[in-house]
Amino acid sequence: MRIWLVIIPILCIAGCGSTWNDPYPASDRGKSILYLAFTERPRHLDPARSYSEDEASINAQIYEPPLQYHYLKRPYTLVPLTAAAAPHPQYYDAQNRLLPHDADAKSIAYSLYEIRLKPGIYYQPHPAFARDENGKPLYQNMTRKELESIGDLADFGKTGTRELVASDYVYEIKRLADPRIQSPIAGLMSEYILGFRAFSQRLQKDPAADLSKCEMSGVEARDRYTYTIKVRGKYPQFAYWLAMSFFAPVPPEVDHFYSQAGLAGKNLVLDWHPVGTGPYMLTENNPNSRMVLMRNPNFHSETYPSSGMPEDGSVLKDAGKTLPFIDEVVFSREKESIPYWNKFLQGYYDVSGITSDNFDQAIMMSVQGEAQVSKDMAKQGIELKTSVAPSIRYMAFNMLDPVVGGYGRRARLLRQAISIALDFEENISIFANGRGIPAQGPLPPGIFGYHWGQEGINPVVYDWADGGAKRKSIVAAKKLLADAGYPDGRDAATGKPLVLYLDSTGRGADDKTRFDWYRKEFARINIQLEVRATDYNRFQEKIRKGSAQIFTWGWNADYPDPENFLFLLYGPQGKVKYGGENSANYDNPEYDRLFEKMKNMENSPERQAIIDRMVAILREDSPWMWGFYPKDYQLNHVWLSNLKPNQMARNNVKYLRIDAKLRDRMRREWNGPVLWPFAFAVLGIGLIVVPALKYYRRREEGRAK
Amino acid sequence: MIAYLIRRLLYAVPILVGVNLLTFALFFVVNTPDDMARIQLGIKRVTPDAIHSWKVAHGYDKPLFYNPRESGAKFFTDTIFFEKSVPMFRFEFGRSDDGRDIAQEIESRAGPSLEIALPVFVIGMMANVSFALMMAFFRATLVDVWGVVLCVAAMSISSLFYIIGGQFLVAKLWHWVPISGFEAGTSSLKFVILPVIIGVASGLGSGARWYRTIFLEEVGRDYVRTAKAKGISEIRVFFHHVLRNGLIPILTGAVVIIPSLFMGSLIMESFFGIPGLGSYTLDAINSQDFAIVRSMVFIGSVLYIIGLMLTDISYTLADPRIRLQ
Repeated sequence: MRIWLVIIPILCIAGCGSTWNDPYPASDRGKSILYLAFTERPRHLDPARSYSEDEASINAQIYEPPLQYHYLKRPYTLVPLTAAAAPHPQYYDAQNRLLPHDADAKSIAYSLYEIRLKPGIYYQPHPAFARDENGKPLYQNMTRKELESIGDLADFGKTGTRELVASDYVYEIKRLADPRIQSPIAGLMSEYILGFRAFSQRLQKDPAADLSKCEMSGVEARDRYTYTIKVRGKYPQFAYWLAMSFFAPVPPEVDHFYSQAGLAGKNLVLDWHPVGTGPYMLTENNPNSRMVLMRNPNFHSETYPSSGMPEDGSVLKDAGKTLPFIDEVVFSREKESIPYWNKFLQGYYDVSGITSDNFDQAIMMSVQGEAQVSKDMAKQGIELKTSVAPSIRYMAFNMLDPVVGGYGRRARLLRQAISIALDFEENISIFANGRGIPAQGPLPPGIFGYHWGQEGINPVVYDWADGGAKRKSIVAAKKLLADAGYPDGRDAATGKPLVLYLDSTGRGADDKTRFDWYRKEFARINIQLEVRATDYNRFQEKIRKGSAQIFTWGWNADYPDPENFLFLLYGPQGKVKYGGENSANYDNPEYDRLFEKMKNMENSPERQAIIDRMVAILREDSPWMWGFYPKDYQLNHVWLSNLKPNQMARNNVKYLRIDAKLRDRMRREWNGPVLWPFAFAVLGIGLIVVPALKYYRRREEGRAK
Repeated sequence: MIAYLIRRLLYAVPILVGVNLLTFALFFVVNTPDDMARIQLGIKRVTPDAIHSWKVAHGYDKPLFYNPRESGAKFFTDTIFFEKSVPMFRFEFGRSDDGRDIAQEIESRAGPSLEIALPVFVIGMMANVSFALMMAFFRATLVDVWGVVLCVAAMSISSLFYIIGGQFLVAKLWHWVPISGFEAGTSSLKFVILPVIIGVASGLGSGARWYRTIFLEEVGRDYVRTAKAKGISEIRVFFHHVLRNGLIPILTGAVVIIPSLFMGSLIMESFFGIPGLGSYTLDAINSQDFAIVRSMVFIGSVLYIIGLMLTDISYTLADPRIRLQ
């Protein structure tokens, strides 16, 4: 009888059609909320410091640099965000004389970027802007005692706002130079922005200096809405930096507000509580569990793009409508992929990536070889979006190594032979579930300079056959190896077998499979491969010191320009000599000369010709086995619309739209509690308890033996 | 007893210094301050100047244990070890390498950790004792045999399997609770119920089997036979006499871990998205945040020492014959 007291309420609750496994509060139902997950805890939300993907997915919704990437257009195009128009640099010589637009790069002493802002853009509500009836700041110079009762930003009671002005952008550029802030791009910017280095050195000597009162010679607020930046020489890629949150505005009063003594001890710092003009503002900041963005009530007028690419019909339905469409974004922390995936399938996350573990469950290949969602996923209305990332995963030879490095014929042929032998098509198929395109050079698709089809193949490794790139045969690789002086994988001079070393960080079970594959591939041309697995720090040290021989590496583009890939093989970027990003330590004077010419050019046939020559040099020298360009697969539920993968922009939440009613209905359909295990549990307990009681009674009532 | 406790507290100081010394040595064998700076500054475009300035800002630009450039007391005090260790003895943990106040983080994370660890401990203890008593009660019968088999099977399975299997069955297939997540206050119940059940179930095998051995040893003693001869029911003999006398070895294992419950569970918190101290420590190890690692090791050591003292005190409560001197 008593058991029914438990079962009946359970049945009643289940019968009500509610779900028990909803991780969000019932009050969220029916609301336009986007549910996303983050894996890595963000370290910095200060726009001057933040440089990782996880951080950008939050910061980009809050901070607004002057430019942004067009959401739909490809190739990636810069358009104004807070700027009234995209700036066109003016060139000046050393005597401050204006030069024509097509002036020779050598004659240009500096480029002047003049950025004019749209008026009427306001910051999110924040206590730093709060003022009393006399217009005096309420919370700027508080005493330690006054701050004692403050535990959170909400404790300040009042908020305010103010208009975005040019000096806020100038202030942020000064912050980039501040040694106390340790911006990751400070070193790079000191090479380009005039006065940046001197400003930084001045702050080093006087750390207490007020940034707003110190002048940086290359940066100036001309008037309320206009500021200028002087960039050394000609650096067309600078415009891309203006689309990153490093160049977003920071109001001096916000910086001052957070620097009040006592707030840092409560974790109330700008690094954790961003203040911007963007469509969203951070209202809950618990990087250990969840981060919540709410619609910024002061967000300026911005509309959905009215044009895109020919295939963009389905994502142009909201053309011209006011942004954003979603009221709230909830980022929940999911450190493990299994719960993340299962919650996505239950409808509790709106988008998800695909790990190798669940790839087969999610994706099937069509007869034409195109990836599409599996039947089960399709039944749930899950959609797949794929895009090629502006990145590359490659295997590099250390050019300083006495065996595989150097620029002589012997080493070059050896590298070419290995490049042919390593079948990256198979590698992509086995280790990336086919999510990648074999690389033909350093430039991925979508970047100026990349060629599709026969024109784009790497003739050192591939032949063009049957309308596609076909890897050269292993016989060709063996021949190159023999020409290099290693017939059958043995040194012709000494007769000793050729043993090469792969340095790697992986030491797990999955890595062992990968290493076995590498060994197998090298063995195809009779080269013995020894894997030297180590921890991440030691691996980095080997790369820095140049003691690695062969290693895997990768690069994600900062901006969609060939310069951002080709500089990875530029001599003065050599890792060992200069501590740069050229981890292969490749150093070819002709390549360097072409790079210096190409980097300052606008995209043009002339630039294309130079890039083609540079890529041809690289293919011949083969400092990298070119590896592959990863393809991103993203799944989303049917209730999320306007989603188009944009690998450069991170501020895409404002374009998305949620059908919350449909989501609620489908969640209810998918997540009704299953009750039969309760009955089994009751039965199971009964089967144990009843005989046990009987036995006990029999023993208690039995006679002593 | 007070003298005893004071003596134990004094012993704790060299123990903590030793633990700290070991933590520093082990951490810096694997990581150099340059490695830490690189991890914090990001992988791209990290210049030697940026690394140097990070080290200066975080106090890692000094020698580790002794400073050959200094003389006198500064030979030892102007070092990373001294400057980072001394504040911890005042329970000042400072800031993590990414700039957050560690004491505040610990304060906010101890609650979620306890919400899992405390019920797992209490319910787990009750379940283990009950199951062990049942096996001892039905000793030498099929119930006992199958109970032991079940215990051995249960303790042979990895705790990760319990977590993944539990999430799959209870949360994914049956939709009874959320797969992961956490909310503060009463709403946390639906998030903690599954990790608690899994925590209890995964510890049941080893716990019950060990306690069964203890109870069986007690059951064979003379006082049990005497009690039975007096006509006391078997249930009363078990709960009143056997359980009480079996408590001392149980207390040894149980009380010592009570203070450590604050530290949370590394894997459980990761899989269930519980923002507790276990996942905090794990994150810190992964991101080479030495400020957090040393603070957590220090707190763990302090709590363990407190646990040992509590164990000693609990002996006197469980067995009046024991006196602390």
